[in-house]
Amino acid sequence: MTVYLVRRLIQALFVVLAMSVIVFVGVYAIGDPVEILISPDADQIERERAVRALGLDLPLWQQYLVFLTNAVQGDLGRSFVFNEPALKLILQRMPATLELAFGAMFLSIIIGLPLGLYAGLRPNSPASKTIMAGSILGFSLPTFWVGLMLIMVFAVQLGWLPSTGRGETCSVLGFVGLTSCSSGTQWSFLTLNGLSHMAMPALNLALFKISLVIRLTRAGVRETMLMDYVKFARAKGLSPSRVTFVHVFKNILIPVVTVVGLELGSTIAFSVVTESVFAWPGMGKLIIDSINVLDRPVIVAYLMIIVLLFITINLVVDLTYSMLDPRVRLESKA
Amino acid sequence: MTVASTPASPAAAPTLEVRNLRTHFFTRAGVVKAVDDVSFSIGRGKVLGLVGESGSGKTVTGFSVLGLVDPPGRIVGGEILFQGRDLTKMSEAEMRDLRGNRVAMIFQDPMMTLNPVLRVDTQMIETVLAHKKVSREEARQRARDTLGMVGIPSPDERLKSYPHQFSGGMRQRVAIAIALLHEPDLIVADEPTTALDVTIQGQILAEVQKLATTTGTSLIWITHDLSVVAGLADEVAVMYAGRIVEKGAVSDVLDAPLHPYTFGLIGSVPSRNKRGEPLRQIPGMTPSLLNLPPGCAFRTRCPRAAEVCMAEPEIRELAPGREARCFRPMNEAAEQAA
Ligand SMILES: Nc1ncnc2c1ncn2[C@@H]1O[C@H](COP(=O)(O)OP(=O)(O)OP(=O)(O)O)[C@@H](O)[C@H]1O
Ligand code: SF4
Ligand SMILES: [Mg+2]
Repeated sequence: MTVYLVRRLIQALFVVLAMSVIVFVGVYAIGDPVEILISPDADQIERERAVRALGLDLPLWQQYLVFLTNAVQGDLGRSFVFNEPALKLILQRMPATLELAFGAMFLSIIIGLPLGLYAGLRPNSPASKTIMAGSILGFSLPTFWVGLMLIMVFAVQLGWLPSTGRGETCSVLGFVGLTSCSSGTQWSFLTLNGLSHMAMPALNLALFKISLVIRLTRAGVRETMLMDYVKFARAKGLSPSRVTFVHVFKNILIPVVTVVGLELGSTIAFSVVTESVFAWPGMGKLIIDSINVLDRPVIVAYLMIIVLLFITINLVVDLTYSMLDPRVRLESKA
Repeated sequence: MTVASTPASPAAAPTLEVRNLRTHFFTRAGVVKAVDDVSFSIGRGKVLGLVGESGSGKTVTGFSVLGLVDPPGRIVGGEILFQGRDLTKMSEAEMRDLRGNRVAMIFQDPMMTLNPVLRVDTQMIETVLAHKKVSREEARQRARDTLGMVGIPSPDERLKSYPHQFSGGMRQRVAIAIALLHEPDLIVADEPTTALDVTIQGQILAEVQKLATTTGTSLIWITHDLSVVAGLADEVAVMYAGRIVEKGAVSDVLDAPLHPYTFGLIGSVPSRNKRGEPLRQIPGMTPSLLNLPPGCAFRTRCPRAAEVCMAEPEIRELAPGREARCFRPMNEAAEQAA
């Protein structure tokens, strides 16, 4: 197990390195930062001084080394716009995005699993057919359009839910009453008002995942129901609920958890659209704004953070998977 | 014809009596008559060998007895009398009480019968608890004892294992142990040893036979291997294309088969006393159940087929205790030759 973990961490390190090269080449080496950083009417001498100051006269690999050394020390440059360290900016926005993404995952599981289970157990009932038709809609409707529709119905016409922002927030320590709400990392899901702000964007972001979970679960149930071991479980005289919720459910949980976990990364990445529609102040909205004004350090910091997130998520998913599936556990031991 | 069944005494009544069972699958391509007019009975502690080629309906017969035929299949006719009660008329809840408790089944493929993500103890204890109000600890003890009984070494440790940590033979022993947990009155064993190698097959056969005689459990032993039946069963029923074509005491049927199909089956089994003779094979292929030839279903492959076989033969008693579904049985051939 430890050997496995160490091997995975070394792998992760190489992925981060490779990604840093790509990001560096993509964002720094292509295009001319001088054009952006220096006023167009500066003379030749001023330009050369700036180029030297930025290290742009060095060969590319040396520039990369400088970038890497700084990056390892947590310095991914300062935002041109906010004049703050880019990394700090990203990390400030991360909780908003994370809670949105986790909220969406949560919704996709508590809505998707039961619906998928039902559709798998009663494939021919009208309700199942409705569920499956709904899941096709969930797959194919564009996120931003659904987001706008949600706002129109629930915020504008019915006036039930707020349409923008995070609402009131609170820190975990503040929530349990140890400090004041406003000190520490802020979370919307800890206040009722914050939750009401989160509901629509989280649902919007979840829509695709809900459909995915429904279809995965249904396919898994239908496949598993045909397995000999399910028939054998019935031949043992077990109740239908035991057969469904222990024998079938434990088996379909494996692919569902894996896919949902792996999707977490893309949920975070996709939150860009939802965050823009609902003016949710997360990383996604920040990156869109930064791209608009070519705030390179922020873009770089965002990409590196996303890479790290993906790697962490994949590792956690693999570990969970091996916990759920006893056959995998043995292999990693061997 | 009405069968007014008045058993002389309950003790004499067979454990299982299947009468004119018909189980059909309603597929898009048509109705598959997987089991068509099958009748047999098994006395207490007796072993019935159910023999036939692949696709002849042996497994579906077994599933019918346990009430485990799934759509598109359905029992469309007949009676399955278990200790005098008709299983086809029982509610699902009543059937569930019987399954795994009074009637158990061992499946064909040991690699597929145990749930891969549940530990062996979970899968055994749940079976005990499904039918007995005992504590988990008592259930675990019962599971451990039964594992020991089927010859699994250090059962305490093995209980904590997952199925993939067992070999095929060991998995089948676990499945057999699960079937034995409640000392059932009837076990349907669906080719439980076919997937295993010969030595393990022999061991398991010997153990099951011992259990049947000591506990009075009746057995339906499904196989396509006549040599297994020879050493194990009291009676044998030979199935072909969803029907029983011959039935009788094992020694009678194997010594002097009546049906040409049984005769062909015996000829295709290598055996010591016929060494040197070439193995006979039944010519042709098993016909598709969707598209059986009219008349005798075996007609297209039968060396004795004649004009009369264009009609459908009924199963009839040809000698005391011997039944076959054939117009021109083998004993007549012997008479003609003499
Ligand atoms: N779910 C099903 N749908 C349609 N036909 C089926 C279904 N299950 C079984 N059958 C048909 O029933 C017939 C009998 O199948 P069965 O499994 O009982 O054969 P078997 O004698 O056990 O063969 P084997 O030795 O290969 O196990 C086969 O022709 C099969 O095609
Ligand atoms: S009835 Fe005719 S065709 Fe059928 S097995 Fe007997 S002899 Fe052969
Ligand atoms: Mg079979």
